[in-house]
Amino acid sequence: MTLIETRPEAPQDEVPPLYANRVKVYPKAVGGPFRWLKWAVLSLCLAVYYLAPWLRWDRGPGHPDQALLIDMPARRAYFLWIEIWPQEVYYLTGLLILGAIGLFLVTSLLGRVWCGYACPQTVWTDLFMWVERLIEGDRNARIRLDKEPLTAGKLGRKALKHALWLAIAALTGGAWVMYFNDAPTLARDLVALDVSTGVLFFAGLFTFSTYLLAGWAREQVCTYMCPWPRFQAAMFDRDTLIVTYEAWRGEPRGKHRKDAAAQSLGDCVDCGQCHQVCPTGIDIRDGQQLECIGCALCIDACNAVMKKVGLPPNLIAYDTTANQEARARGGAVQWRPVRPRTMIYAALLLIVGAVMLVALGLRSTLDINILRDRNPLFVTLSDGSIRNGYTIKILNKARAERSFTLTAQGLPAGEMQVAGREGWGGPAQLTVKPDTVGTFRVFLRAPRASLKGDSLPIGFALQETATGETAQHASVFVGPDR
Amino acid sequence: MPTKIEKDSVTGTQTTGHDWDGVKELNTPLPTWWIYVFYATIVWSAGYVIVYPAIPWFTGHTSGISGYTARGEVGKDVAAARAAQGQWRAKIEQSSLEEIAKNPDLRSFALAGGRAAFADNCAPCHGTGGAGGKGYPNLNDDDWLWGGSLKEINTTLQHGVRADHAKTRTSEMPRFGVDGMLKREQIDDVAEYVLSLSGKSGDKAAAERGQPLYADNCVACHGEKGEGNRELGAPRLDDQIWLYGGDKGSVAQTIHAARGGVMPAWGGRLDDVTLKQLSVYVHSLGGGQ
Repeated sequence: MTLIETRPEAPQDEVPPLYANRVKVYPKAVGGPFRWLKWAVLSLCLAVYYLAPWLRWDRGPGHPDQALLIDMPARRAYFLWIEIWPQEVYYLTGLLILGAIGLFLVTSLLGRVWCGYACPQTVWTDLFMWVERLIEGDRNARIRLDKEPLTAGKLGRKALKHALWLAIAALTGGAWVMYFNDAPTLARDLVALDVSTGVLFFAGLFTFSTYLLAGWAREQVCTYMCPWPRFQAAMFDRDTLIVTYEAWRGEPRGKHRKDAAAQSLGDCVDCGQCHQVCPTGIDIRDGQQLECIGCALCIDACNAVMKKVGLPPNLIAYDTTANQEARARGGAVQWRPVRPRTMIYAALLLIVGAVMLVALGLRSTLDINILRDRNPLFVTLSDGSIRNGYTIKILNKARAERSFTLTAQGLPAGEMQVAGREGWGGPAQLTVKPDTVGTFRVFLRAPRASLKGDSLPIGFALQETATGETAQHASVFVGPDR
Repeated sequence: MPTKIEKDSVTGTQTTGHDWDGVKELNTPLPTWWIYVFYATIVWSAGYVIVYPAIPWFTGHTSGISGYTARGEVGKDVAAARAAQGQWRAKIEQSSLEEIAKNPDLRSFALAGGRAAFADNCAPCHGTGGAGGKGYPNLNDDDWLWGGSLKEINTTLQHGVRADHAKTRTSEMPRFGVDGMLKREQIDDVAEYVLSLSGKSGDKAAAERGQPLYADNCVACHGEKGEGNRELGAPRLDDQIWLYGGDKGSVAQTIHAARGGVMPAWGGRLDDVTLKQLSVYVHSLGGGQ
C-alpha cells in the first residue's frame, strides 16, 4: 500500500512544455520624453564610467596622481583627497550599503527606475541595440535581414555590427582596469599589449562579458539571471510608481474605424506599438510582470499613437496601483511618497550616511599595533630580571616622515630597549617614513619583584614629537609562573 | 533490455524503456555544450600526454616532449631565488660581522636569512624561539657559555662544541661523584655552597662546609666567586640562569656526573654567508654582547 497519492497523468494538450526556446526580440525605435531621459541617463553613466579614471589629483611626488584609483599592489585606495588603507575597507562597504539603501528607497518610490534607466545591463544593451539599429536598420529591416539567406551583404553587416560591439566592449574592459592602474600609462601599454597577465585577464573578462551580456544575452539577463526583478515584490507596495496599462479605459481593445463611437471599444486601438518597442519583448497590456524593466518606451510609443488618433494620452503611464483603482472608480487620485516604508529607508540612508561621514571625519593618520613575542613568552636574564619582547608597528598614514616618542606604562621599575640600539632606559625615539608601516623590535625589562603574578597588564603610548598626536595600545608583561 | 520506450508528455523526453515497479526514468539527453566540453577535454588530454609526463611505464614513465618535471621547476625556483639574492650574498661575504650589523639593509637581509636558517638547522635543539630547554642553551638571554659577541658566536657556529672538528670548543668537567673524587655528603655541601653564590638561601651550615671543597675543586674553572670562564665554557654559577636546573637536586647531579653538552660544527655543513647571517640573527635575539 502506498502512502503517497499519485497524480493521474495529465492529458497531453493541457500541460505546456517546461522549456521554451528563446524568442528573439527586435525592439523598434521610438521617440518621446522618456526616450530622451533614457539617452540622458545613459550618456551620463557612460561618461562617468569611461572618463572618471582620467581625472587627475595631485598628491605630491612619489604618489599616484589619479583621482579614482584602487592600487592593489600598494594596498591603497584613492578617492580625490581621501586615501584609505586595506584595514579601512569598511568605507567601501559603507558606500555599498548606502547604494543598496538608496536603491531600495528609489525603488519603493519610483518603481524600477534602476532597471529601466541606470542599470549597466540596460545601458550597454541600449547602446548595443542602437549600434544594431544603425547598421541593420529598424525592427522590420532587421527581421527581414535575419530571415534572408547568408549573402555577402548580410555577412558584411553582421561582421561590422559585431566588430563595433567588440570595440565598445574592449573600451569597457579597458576602462575597468583603468580604475586599478594609472589610466594614461595603462592606455599606452594596453594598445601595445605590454601589460601584465592580470590586467590582460580582467580587461579580457570584462570585454567578453560586456559583449556576451549586451550583445547576445540582453533581456535574458533581466528575465532569468538578475535577482533584482525578483526582489521587486518586496520593494513595491500599492503606492509605488509602476508602468501600468489602464485596462479599465483601454479594454475592450480593437482597431477603431471611422465610426468609432458606435463600436463601444476601449481607448486601446490594438496597434501593437507598445509590444514592438519593448526591449524585453513583453506586452504591458498583460499587466505588471517580472520582465517589464520600467523603461517607459511603451509610454512614449502609445502616447505618439494616441496623439495621432486624437485619443487622451497616458493610456500606459507611470502610476500607482492605488491610483489606478481610484481612477477606475472615478475617485480622487493622490500620490503618497511619504509613507512608513519610504520614511524608514530614508532614515536608514541618513543614519548610515551620517555614520560614514563621522567615521571619515574622525579618521586618524596615526595608529599603533603591538605584537607581543609568543616564542618565548619571556626571558629570564642573568640578574634574575624578566624581559619581554614586542614588535611595534606604527602606521603612518600621512605623506610626510614623522618622529615619535614611545613610552611604556604600568611596569614598575621597567626599562625599555630598542633592538639594535645600545642601552636600556626610558622613552625611545622612533622615526617612520611617509605612508608606511614602521616596524620596531622593543624589549622591556623589569626586576622579578615587579611582577606579582605571572602577568601584568601594561600599555604603550606613542606621541608625535611635532604635533603631540597620540596613539595607545594595551599589552601585557609576562613572567614565570609563581 | 529496454522494453518500452515512451515519450513523456510533460517534458517531451523519451524514457529509458525500463520499468521498475512502475517507476520509469527519463532518458534526458546530455546537454550539447557539455558534450562539446567533453570532446575538448579528450583533445586536451591527448595533447597533454604528448607534452607532459603522463603514463607510468615499466622503468619509469613517459617524459613528454617538453621535458617538464616538478622537481626541475623547484630547482629553477631555487636558482632564481639564489640569483636574486646574489648581490646581497656577495656583500655579506665581503663584509665583516660588525659592518653587517651596522648597515640597516645588510642587517635586515642577514636577519631574514638567519631566521630561515635558524628554523631549519637550530630550532630542533635551541627551540623555534631560541629559548632552548634543559641542556640546550637559551639564546635569548644575556648569559653565554662561550661568549656572546658576534665573533664568538660565529666561532661557536663554525667549530661546534665538543663536535667532530679539529678546532671545536671543548672542555671536560670532572665527574666528582661517578669517579669517586667526592663523597655524597661532600657533593651535597658543595651544591649548597654553589646555590648560595647566586643568593639562593639554603642550609648555611652546609654551605660553609662546602666552601673549602669548592675552593679546592671548582675554582680552577668556575672562578672564585663563581663568575665562570668563557674560554673553558664553564658557566657562571652566580647568576639566575641554570642550563640543567637550579634546584639542589639538579646541581648535585651536575657535580656528581658532570655535564658536557654537544653542538654540531656547522662550518662545512652550511656556507659562510649563511653562518654570518645566523651569527647576526642570534646576536639580535636580545642577549648579544
